[in-house]
Amino acid sequence: MTDASMDSVPVKGTLTTVDARTKKRNAAEKRFKAYGIVAILIGLFFLVVLAVSILRSGIPAFTQAEMQLEFVLTQEEFDAAESQVLKTKAYENIFITKLQDALTEKGLTVAFDAAAIERLLGKPGSTIREFYRANPDQIGQPVTFSLPASSRVDGYFKGRVSRDTVVDSRFFEASDLDLVDALADAGIIVRNFNWNFITGSDSGVDHPGGAGIGVSVIGSFFMMLVVLALSLPIGVAASIYLEEFAPQNWFTDLIEVNISNLAAVPSIVFGILGLAVFIQFMHLPQSAPLVGGLVLTLMTLPTIIISTRASLKAVPPSIREAALGVGASKMQTVFHHVLPLAAPGILTGTIIGLAQALGETAPLLLIGMVGFIARAYPEGVVSGFIDPNSAMPAQIYTWAARADAGFYEKAWGGIIILLIFLLTMNIIAIILRRRFERRW
Amino acid sequence: MYDIPHHTQETAVTDVKIKAKDVQVYYGDTHAIKDVSVEIENNTVTAFIGPSGCGKSTFLRCLNRMNDTIDICRVQGDILIDGEDIYDKRVDPVQLRAKVGMVFQKPNPFPKSIYDNIAYGPRIHGMARNKAELDEIVERALRRGAIWDEVKDRLQAPGTGLSGGQQQRLCIARAVATEPEVLLMDEPCSALDPIATAQVEELIDELRQNYAVVIVTHSMQQAARVSQKTAFFHLGNLVEYDDTSKIFTNPEDSRTESYITGRIG
Ligand SMILES: Nc1ncnc2c1ncn2[C@@H]1O[C@H](COP(=O)(O)OP(=O)(O)OP(=O)(O)O)[C@@H](O)[C@H]1O
Ligand SMILES: [Mg+2]
Repeated sequence: MTDASMDSVPVKGTLTTVDARTKKRNAAEKRFKAYGIVAILIGLFFLVVLAVSILRSGIPAFTQAEMQLEFVLTQEEFDAAESQVLKTKAYENIFITKLQDALTEKGLTVAFDAAAIERLLGKPGSTIREFYRANPDQIGQPVTFSLPASSRVDGYFKGRVSRDTVVDSRFFEASDLDLVDALADAGIIVRNFNWNFITGSDSGVDHPGGAGIGVSVIGSFFMMLVVLALSLPIGVAASIYLEEFAPQNWFTDLIEVNISNLAAVPSIVFGILGLAVFIQFMHLPQSAPLVGGLVLTLMTLPTIIISTRASLKAVPPSIREAALGVGASKMQTVFHHVLPLAAPGILTGTIIGLAQALGETAPLLLIGMVGFIARAYPEGVVSGFIDPNSAMPAQIYTWAARADAGFYEKAWGGIIILLIFLLTMNIIAIILRRRFERRW
Repeated sequence: MYDIPHHTQETAVTDVKIKAKDVQVYYGDTHAIKDVSVEIENNTVTAFIGPSGCGKSTFLRCLNRMNDTIDICRVQGDILIDGEDIYDKRVDPVQLRAKVGMVFQKPNPFPKSIYDNIAYGPRIHGMARNKAELDEIVERALRRGAIWDEVKDRLQAPGTGLSGGQQQRLCIARAVATEPEVLLMDEPCSALDPIATAQVEELIDELRQNYAVVIVTHSMQQAARVSQKTAFFHLGNLVEYDDTSKIFTNPEDSRTESYITGRIG
């Protein structure tokens, strides 16, 4: 049989030709796929925009312009300075002399006065004096001082401040930039990785260079400990009871509806509740991570309960029957068979709940965990829970609300650190889930 | 009508193990079991037959109070095991279920190792004093479940990794591992090949020496082969209950006859 003869006889219902209906169906399928891809691309686009803008605004926070100067302070200079009435001023004058010496050594001649140095560095005298009073053995030794430059100098290096935009004031003058350029050429002003941003504490409103997020990271850490220690056992116990033991009646239905509703309550409501109950009624310390943790526990509980119940529901009933069938009690059934199978889901839900709590700001502001509280590391574990502290998102909020543009950059940098923590938690969730799932 | 193997005809001296009287079961408003009274004898295999949805599984599950786990299920009437009402307030269903083992319609091994599947029951009932004893119990149970040879080299492999038929035999082994007095089996062979079925039937016959065995089956041949007593259920009613030989050769009720000859079902 030839092809020609095949064509001449119209064959009905052959599999090699596509009929109109199938064509239409295939087209619809293709269209649907295309919609999906477009949706994902849009999502990815916004993700990239977000990531790029966060990184672009936040990365500068991790570097800081510093004035690095190595010099030797002799015993006589120390004694002379200590005998003055204005001691820090004396140290400042020593610093200026040493700076001039260093510049002359490099063959540079730039004229500057004490006021200019103060505009560039704040008051260096007190830092230097404190150092030598704390380390008297360093007198007579070469010491390198790294002093954070002021917000405007820092901004000049990061492109935030330029000669055109700078407005002369008692904080800064355009001519100061010549001095900055000269010092930068001499290698005295350098841009360094800002460890202080990661490990430091919050600084005063006019000193963004010294601000760090470290103390509020610790605040967040203690808060998360409280949330984990309370919400995981309470949430899992409540879910197990509701899912496996509680009778189905109007009362449990009511509880169920209320839990779902609680999950939708705005977090600020929990904040004001915490303020009223934990601080005003129970007289727990203000601004303490313990109270923050309690408030966030209230907020996290519904999330954990809902996800735990969902993962308990997903365990096939045949497993429960099997266990009951060999004479296991209800509790043995739950703890030996159902819970291990539900564990990956419970863990995922818990970590998602914790991640939510970690990023929560509003309730913390209400109980006084605002950024400027985070001034010093707690002395121990107990004080970590009860000493006033802030938390990462509250710290970021505080920075974002401050006037100095240097803080704006710190806020973005803080967001990067917060996101790193959140990503880490999500990765832990994924690893734990894999690990548990491998136990079939 | 069917070949009745020789051994089933010798009617042993029997005592009543389970006595059900006027049992009614409701699922919400559905009346699933209507007025069923039956006496199940010790050292006997009793077969429950009947069309799909007639309540065989439901009635079987009443015998170890498995229906307690279904919220909407209500059971009325009396069910006595060794003269004790199992629905009495003082009876602990957990204790009851250790005494009345069950094999389910769908194989449901625990997602644990083969060894742990069998060892779980003996462990929670404290049947073994040490590891060696437990090993022995596991081996005996797996042998009785006619699956020992297939799994003896991979006791630590997951039970869920076995084939459907192997899983069902594992579940049977799990049920006998706790040494129950009554064994309830809900279509235990529906997933098995003829060879495994023959092995399980042999096992059932062996179990009869010590236990009362109740088996739900859709296979007339199987009912005829393994059971001494047969109960025919239809639409929630117990239509006829008698010696297997009687039911399959000379049924009283026309519905029974229609069913076993394949005219209804
Ligand atoms: N959990 C349940 N909830 C509500 N109704 C149920 C439930 N289980 C069984 N039923 C109903 O009870 C009746 C008897 O069901 P059952 O499972 O006992 O039938 P069966 O005889 O075992 O059928 P099969 O041979 O198909 O297994 C059916 O009408 C069924 O719809
Ligand atoms: Mg059934």
